[in-house]
Amino acid sequence: MNLDSMKDTLSAARQEGKRFWEIVLEADMKNRGVSRTDSLNKMAAVWHAMREASHVYTGERRSVSGLVGGQGKLMREYAAEKTPIGGDFTAQVIAEALSMGESNACMRRIVAAPTAGACGVLPAVLIPLYWQDNLTEDRMLEALFTASGIGAVIAYRACISGAAGGCQAEIGSASAMAAGALVYLRKGTDEQMGHAVAMALKNLLGLVCDPVAGLVEVPCVKRNVIGAVNAIAAADMALAGIESRIPVDEVIDAMGEVGRRLPVEFRETALGGLAATPTGKAVKKQLHGDRKKRTLTIKDARWKLDKSGAETVQNTAAT
Amino acid sequence: MIDLFDIMGPIMVGPSSSHTAGAVRIGRMARTLLGDTPVKASLHLHGSFATTGVGHGTDKALIAGLLGMPPDDLDIPLSFDIAEERGLKFTFDELDLRDAHPNSVRMELVGANDRRLNMQACSTGGGRILVTKLDGTDVSFTGDYHTLIIQNMDNRGNLADVTNALALAGVNVANMSMSRSSKGGNVMMIIETDDPAPDFIVQLIERQPGILQVIHYEKES
Ligand code: SF4
Repeated sequence: MNLDSMKDTLSAARQEGKRFWEIVLEADMKNRGVSRTDSLNKMAAVWHAMREASHVYTGERRSVSGLVGGQGKLMREYAAEKTPIGGDFTAQVIAEALSMGESNACMRRIVAAPTAGACGVLPAVLIPLYWQDNLTEDRMLEALFTASGIGAVIAYRACISGAAGGCQAEIGSASAMAAGALVYLRKGTDEQMGHAVAMALKNLLGLVCDPVAGLVEVPCVKRNVIGAVNAIAAADMALAGIESRIPVDEVIDAMGEVGRRLPVEFRETALGGLAATPTGKAVKKQLHGDRKKRTLTIKDARWKLDKSGAETVQNTAAT
Repeated sequence: MIDLFDIMGPIMVGPSSSHTAGAVRIGRMARTLLGDTPVKASLHLHGSFATTGVGHGTDKALIAGLLGMPPDDLDIPLSFDIAEERGLKFTFDELDLRDAHPNSVRMELVGANDRRLNMQACSTGGGRILVTKLDGTDVSFTGDYHTLIIQNMDNRGNLADVTNALALAGVNVANMSMSRSSKGGNVMMIIETDDPAPDFIVQLIERQPGILQVIHYEKES
C-alpha cells in the first residue's frame, strides 16, 4: 500500500477487515523494512516527545525576535481561573497549541507534525483528549498512525510545506491529520474519518504563508490554534453524520492546485501578507540590525585558515 | 512512499525543520566526513540560510552538528558556548554561491589531527539534506542510506574491486555515482548501500591499490 489515495487506503482497509491505521502501520513496516514492534516503538517515541514538550513548557522563554513567548502561559492561567467562552476543553486546546508553537519558536524540543511550524496542532487536541477521555497509550499510537497516514496521502497528492503550498499545506494539513485522529479516538468509522479530513482541509483552503521576518513566530504560533480548533469542529461534524460533499482526495488535490497557483509572495518568502505590513517590515528591519551587530562580534574573533588549507573562497562582505 | 516519520517527525529542536534540524544534520555529516574532531571551521551561508539563518538558529544548529549533537539535542541553542569550551573556533560569513539551493552552506574544516574537509551541502526540507560538493568535486548524496565515500586515483579496476568487496559481504548497493575533477585526476565514488558495510570490508577496500581514502557514513535511524 503506497498511501497515495485516501479512497484506495480506505477500501483496502475495508476489504481486509482492518482499520485505516493498521494499513498505515503495515505500509511503514514494508517501506522501512522494520518489524511491527519497531514501528510501534518509533511512534511511541513521538507520543512521548509530544507529552514531554507540553510538560516542560513554562512560558518563561522568549524567541530570538522577542515577539513570541508567554502566550501559552497566559492562556493556561485564563483557562484555570476564568470561564472561557468555548468551555474548558477548548481553552486547554488553545493553551496547548500556543505552548507548543512557542516552544518551537524558542528552540525547544518538539515533533514536526507534519512541519515544525505546525507542531502544535496534533498535541493540542490529542493531549487534552487523552486526559479527558482517559485513553490508553495504545489508542493514542493508533490515532497517530491514522494522522500520519492522512499526512502521507496529502504529501503525495499535494504538499505539506509553506514554501510549496502556503500555510494551508502546513496548518491545513496538520488540522486534517488532527481531525482524522479525533474521529478515530471518538470511535467514529473510517468513512467518518475521511469526511473529517476533507472538511478540516476545506475550511483552511487558501491560507497563505506570510511569516514576519521569515521567522516561524508570527503568525505561526497562533495559527496552530486555528488548526486545532478547526480539527475539533470538523471531527464533531463528521461524528454527527455530516459528510463532505467533495470527496477527500479531490479536496486534497484542490489544496495542491491552490498551493501551486499561490503567488510566491505567499509561500514563506516573507514578501506578502502579514510579513509585508508596516509592523512586519519594522520587525524585519530591527532584526537585520541585530544581525549586523552579531556578525561584527564574530568578526572580532576571526581567524584564517592556513594558506595550505582547503580551497579559498571569495567572500561577499557580510551585510 | 514517503517515510511516515518524515510526516510524524522528526523529533527536533525548533524552530524550522529546514533551517534548524537540517542544519544540524549538515554539521553532523561534515563531522563524520572529516573523520576527526573539528577544531577550526569556516562557514559560508548562502541564500535563505544567510538572510533568515540567525532568526532560525541556523548558525547555532550548524555548530551544534559540528560538535556531534543530534537534531533533538536541547543544548543546540547553547552550541556557541559549548564550542568555546571544547576548543572549536569558527567564523561565519555570507557567500553568494551561484545556482545553489537557497538553503546552502559551504564550510572548510580543520580537525584536531589536521584532517581537512571542504564541503557544500543544502537543506532540502523536512530536515533532509543533500551534500553537493566535497573537496571541490560535485557529488550528490543525502545520508538517507549508509554511504561509502571513496577517493581513488583514476585507476581502472577500482570500481570492480569495491563492488566485489561489497558483494563478498553481501551488502546490497542502492545507488552509486562517480565523479572526478579532470581526466586522469582523482575520482570520488559515492556508494549508497541498504546495509552498513562491515568494518573489515571498509579496511579491505582501503588496502586496494589506487584507493586514497574511504569514509563510511552510517545512516542515522
Ligand atoms: S505561516 Fe508559513 S511558516 Fe508560519 S506556520 Fe504557516 S506555513 Fe508555517
